[in-house]
Amino acid sequence: MKADPRGVLTGVHFMDGDHACCEGALAAGSRFAAGYPITPSTEVVERFASRVPTVGGTFIQMEDELAASITLQGAVWAGAKAFTVTSGPGFSLMMEHIGYAAMTETPCVFVDVQRGGPSTGLPTLPAQADMMQARWGSHGDYEIIALCPNSPQECFNLTIKAFNLAEEFRVPVMFMMDECVGHMTEKVVIPPADQIEVVPRRHTHKPVDEYLPYETNGDLVPEMAHAGEGYNFHITGLTHDERGYPNMTPQIQDKLVRRLQNKILQAADRIAMFEEEQLEGADVVVVSYGITSRVAQRAIEAARGRGLRVGKLRLITAWPFPDKKIRELAAKVKAFVVPELNLGQMVREVERAAAGQAKTFAVPHAGGGVHNPEDILKVIVEAGRCQTA
Amino acid sequence: MQLTEIRIAGFGGQGVILSAIVLGKAASIYQGAYATMTQNFGPEARGGACSAQLVVSDSPVLYPYVIQPDILVVMSQEAYVRFGSELKDGGIMIVEQDLVRVSDLNKEIQVYSVPATRIAEDLGKRMVLNSVMVGFFTAVTHLLDPDAVRKAVADSVPPTFRELNLKAFERGLEYGTIALSASPSLAEEELQAQYSRE
Repeated sequence: MKADPRGVLTGVHFMDGDHACCEGALAAGSRFAAGYPITPSTEVVERFASRVPTVGGTFIQMEDELAASITLQGAVWAGAKAFTVTSGPGFSLMMEHIGYAAMTETPCVFVDVQRGGPSTGLPTLPAQADMMQARWGSHGDYEIIALCPNSPQECFNLTIKAFNLAEEFRVPVMFMMDECVGHMTEKVVIPPADQIEVVPRRHTHKPVDEYLPYETNGDLVPEMAHAGEGYNFHITGLTHDERGYPNMTPQIQDKLVRRLQNKILQAADRIAMFEEEQLEGADVVVVSYGITSRVAQRAIEAARGRGLRVGKLRLITAWPFPDKKIRELAAKVKAFVVPELNLGQMVREVERAAAGQAKTFAVPHAGGGVHNPEDILKVIVEAGRCQTA
Repeated sequence: MQLTEIRIAGFGGQGVILSAIVLGKAASIYQGAYATMTQNFGPEARGGACSAQLVVSDSPVLYPYVIQPDILVVMSQEAYVRFGSELKDGGIMIVEQDLVRVSDLNKEIQVYSVPATRIAEDLGKRMVLNSVMVGFFTAVTHLLDPDAVRKAVADSVPPTFRELNLKAFERGLEYGTIALSASPSLAEEELQAQYSRE
């Protein structure tokens, strides 16, 4: 279905990533946000708060991130598309409720504008050090989707995509920005509403007396009913059966948790988005995401200038991790080079998926700035010299 | 337009960030090029050190930060001291002449001075000094089409102050054109006569 024009600020703007993310949320049909201010993410909800009086909708500034991350789920179960926005310290506080959203299959979006950590760290400076937290931060087995924009334009486009994926798979989607992308201002083109595709809620068509909240019909994603519509309404973080009632047997646990994983894993190839360039015949492939993908591009071009055969793979979806793509490439290339603004997170995934077929080189950076392209170039050159694994 | 790195620095309240927004908008929206703007500021709303980085180019801007500026605009002594030395050899420095004393320059650079604050005050509102600066920048750097910048100014300020900002832009543009065309001493005289307060 097409976007509701009331939320779409059609035009050509010079806008930062945080504001573009907010416009993406509005274009996707989100009319509810709950948040607790934290640099460098506050501008997203600040703009949302100033836009909803004319668009229609609600912003609540909560007492903390725990409250924000569960309030938005209440709004979803009342029928809204909802999101919250935070940065590292707040993201840590939200983990409990991210697990709750995964378990209850509440479609929603968590925006994390990453800054340097651990703890309070570097409030105004960038990092990409929450990538593993996005995947593994809450307890228990679950699969997640995480997207990584690298420009304000993508902050707009991919926020819409994040809401669409959340609705399609009934999963909390992690929108992993970084301070650079959030505070960077560039041209952002917002198309007319009739050119924006939005995925509606998977609302049940069944009559009240036939509906089971967690019954699936083949595709692993159950249909929803909202509070107050007359359907039997029971949502719990406890292991539950198709009726939504607690049922804590190993059999029900196995069935439920496997389905939560499989609904994402079985669609992983379809969910995966990446940008690729000159992978054919490459000796070295630079794998990057977010702001680092733009910094790395300078190093890639410099390396090509020296005659090296360097390909680029930019991860747009970080989770589910594109195992298949890395595995296929690993059979053909000598090495992967993985620059990121952390001391080694996604590089482990690349190494795991490469499974010894190609070497993997990290280009770590503790955050607080971006890489010097020269540092990435040095590792590309080193990787180019290595013998095939 | 080849890749050009610009830093604009001063203190909060001078419109440093807005200047960068206007120039970036002119390049990327009204002139079909690419522009990326980033900013640094302290926790203070006004008075703290403030700087904006703008990278413009005919092709997409990858690396978003300024490494060594081709053009440096300094609107405070603190900004001059902090960033003066990073300007590229052969680069252009634009200074707010009443607020910055240029000294110890040992590079081959071109310095252009404009009393932007005074011109803005003559127009009735000190606040528009950034539009004067943007006009002056447009004249002396030849980087952007004046018409594109004019549109960006009109588009970036509140409607109530649009006319005043456009007037400020034209004054800065004119001041820069004179500064560029006349020989340095002559320009000094001419400009002093035109804009002296007495």
